[in-house]
Amino acid sequence: MTWAKRALGSEHLAGWAFVAPAVILIGLFGIFPIVWSGVISFQANDLTSPPHGVGFANYRALAKDPAFRTAAKHTLIYTVLFVPISIAGAMAIAVALNRRIRGIRFYRLAVFIPVVTSTVATGIVFLWLLDPTFGLVNWILHGLGLPQQKFLQDPNQALYCIVAMTVWSWLGFDVIIYLAALQGIPRDLLEAAEIDGASKWSSFRTIVVPLLGPATLFLTVWSTINALQLFDEIYVTTRGGPLSSTTVIVYYLYQQAFQFFNGGYGAAIAYVLFVAILIVTVIQLWVGNRRVHYSS
Amino acid sequence: MTTEPLLGVPPQQFRLDPPPEEPRRRRLPFSPWHLALMPIAAVMLLPLVWMVAVSLETDAQSHAFPPLLFPKSFQFENYKTAFNAVPFAHFFLNSLLYSLTTVAGNLLFCSLAAYAFARMRFRGSNILFVVFLATLMVPFQVLIIPTFLIVKHLGMVDSVGGLIVPNLCNAFGIFLLRQFFRTLPIELEEAARIDGTSRLGILFKIVLPLSLPALATLGIIQFMWSWNDFLWPLIIINSDTHAPLQLGLSMFQGAHAQHWNLLMAATVMSQLPMLIVFLFAQRWFVQSLAFSGMKQ
Repeated sequence: MTWAKRALGSEHLAGWAFVAPAVILIGLFGIFPIVWSGVISFQANDLTSPPHGVGFANYRALAKDPAFRTAAKHTLIYTVLFVPISIAGAMAIAVALNRRIRGIRFYRLAVFIPVVTSTVATGIVFLWLLDPTFGLVNWILHGLGLPQQKFLQDPNQALYCIVAMTVWSWLGFDVIIYLAALQGIPRDLLEAAEIDGASKWSSFRTIVVPLLGPATLFLTVWSTINALQLFDEIYVTTRGGPLSSTTVIVYYLYQQAFQFFNGGYGAAIAYVLFVAILIVTVIQLWVGNRRVHYSS
Repeated sequence: MTTEPLLGVPPQQFRLDPPPEEPRRRRLPFSPWHLALMPIAAVMLLPLVWMVAVSLETDAQSHAFPPLLFPKSFQFENYKTAFNAVPFAHFFLNSLLYSLTTVAGNLLFCSLAAYAFARMRFRGSNILFVVFLATLMVPFQVLIIPTFLIVKHLGMVDSVGGLIVPNLCNAFGIFLLRQFFRTLPIELEEAARIDGTSRLGILFKIVLPLSLPALATLGIIQFMWSWNDFLWPLIIINSDTHAPLQLGLSMFQGAHAQHWNLLMAATVMSQLPMLIVFLFAQRWFVQSLAFSGMKQ
C-alpha cells in the first residue's frame, strides 16, 4: 500500500503517463525501425514473402556494385556544388536584404516564396523552363546568341541543372536563417569599425562573416544532410536519367527497395547512407566548432 | 595607333576640362542595392510568374517558340479541365486531412511529453530525452522500409491513415516545446499547484496559453512538412483517390506531360492554398523557420 501510494503520489508515474503517447509513437515509428532496418539489411527481403538471412551478402554486393558507386559519385558531386553555392548565395542575398530601403518587403517576399513551393511543383516548373525545344531558358540563350542546350536531357548537364533548381528552391530558407543571425549583430560594432576607417568590404569580412559563423555552421550541416538525401526533385524531373546521370543514392535506394523489391539491398544502402551522414556531420561539427566563435 | 596614355588615362578619355556634369559622388535617385536586388527578385519570381502565364495559354501557345511572354487571352477553362481530369478535390481533402491531423497530433503529444521533460522529475527521463533527440539524427530513408512493413501489418497501405499514423509525433516538436516551456516563469505553475490544480490542468490552462508562439512554430513547420511531403505518400499510396496533393500532382504530370498549359494550371492550383496562407502569415512563417533553424 505504501509502495503503491508512493508510486502514485510521486511524479514518476505521472511523468511516464505524459510521455506515454510519444514513447509509443516514436518507439514504433522512430526507434524500432532503426533496429529492424539493420536486421533487414542482412536479409533477402522482397517486402512480401517471408525473408531469410543472407549474412553480409547485401553489403558485399554493395561494395562491388558499380551502379551504387556511380550513384554515390553523383550524390557527392551534387553535395559539393549545392552546399557552398546555396550558402554563399544566401549570405550575399541576406546582407543585401538586411536594410531599410523602399520595396524591401517585396524583395524578401520574392526570395522567400520558393520555400513554400513544393518540390514537385518546383520540378515541374523547371522541366518546362529547361525544356530543350519550348523552354524559356533556351529562348533567353537564343536571344543572347548562345547555342541551345538540352539541359535535363543531356547526361553531361542534367546534374548541374538539378543543382541550379534546388539552389533556387532552398535559398530562401538559408536567407531566413542568415537574416535572423544578422539581426543579432550589434550596430555599434559596425559603426565603430566605420569610424576607425574600415571599408565596407573589410568590416564585412572581419566582423559580419565571423559573427555569422554559427549560422553558417548550422546551414552547412543542415544543407549537407539534405543534399545527401536528395530525392523528390530527381523523381519529378529526370527519374535518375538520362543514362543514370542523375541517379543519386536515395533514388537508387528507392529503385532497389520499391521498384525491384530488393528490400534487404535497399536497407543496406540506407545504412551505408546513414553512417556516411553521421561521419560527415561529426567532421563538420568538429571542424566547425574549432573555427566558429559563439558570442554569449 | 598606339599612344602612351597620359597620366594613366587612355588618350581618348583624357580631357583638361572636367566633364560638364561631374559624375563623381553624384547620388543615385535610389539606393544602389536595388541594382542587385532587382535581378535577384526577378530570377526568384520568374519561374512562378511563368507558371501562371503558361497555365492561362492555349495548348498551341504553350508549345510556341519563342515562348509567349504574356498569354494573348486568358484560358481560365484550363483550370476547370485540369481540375476535372484527375480527382483534384480528393487530393485537396487528403492533403488537408493529412496536414491537419499531423499538426494536431504533434501539438498534443509533443506538448504532453515536452511538459513532462521540462517540469516533471521521473525515473529515466534524461535517458529517454537523449534517445528521443538521437532519433532526429536518423535519416528517413533508414526508417522507410520497416515503416512501410509496419503500416502494411496495420493494414493501412494505400490509405490516408497510413500517411498520418507514423507522423503523429516527432522528437523535434518535443525538443522545441521543452526548450520553450523551460523559459516560462515557474511561479505561476507553483501557485496553481498549491491551489490543487492537476498537472494536466496546469499544462492546458497555464503553460499552453503562454506558449502560443512555440505552438505556432511547431504547427507551421509540421503543416508545411505534411503539405509538401512526397516520398512517404509515393511509397504507400497507390490509388489516386487516396493521394495527397503533391503525389496527385506528380500523377497528373505522368498522365498529361505533353499538355504544359494544363500541367501548369494543376501546379498553380496545388500551390495556391499554401501560397495564400504564406502571404497572410508571412511573418509567422519566417519567424518559425528562423526559430527552427536556430534551435536545431
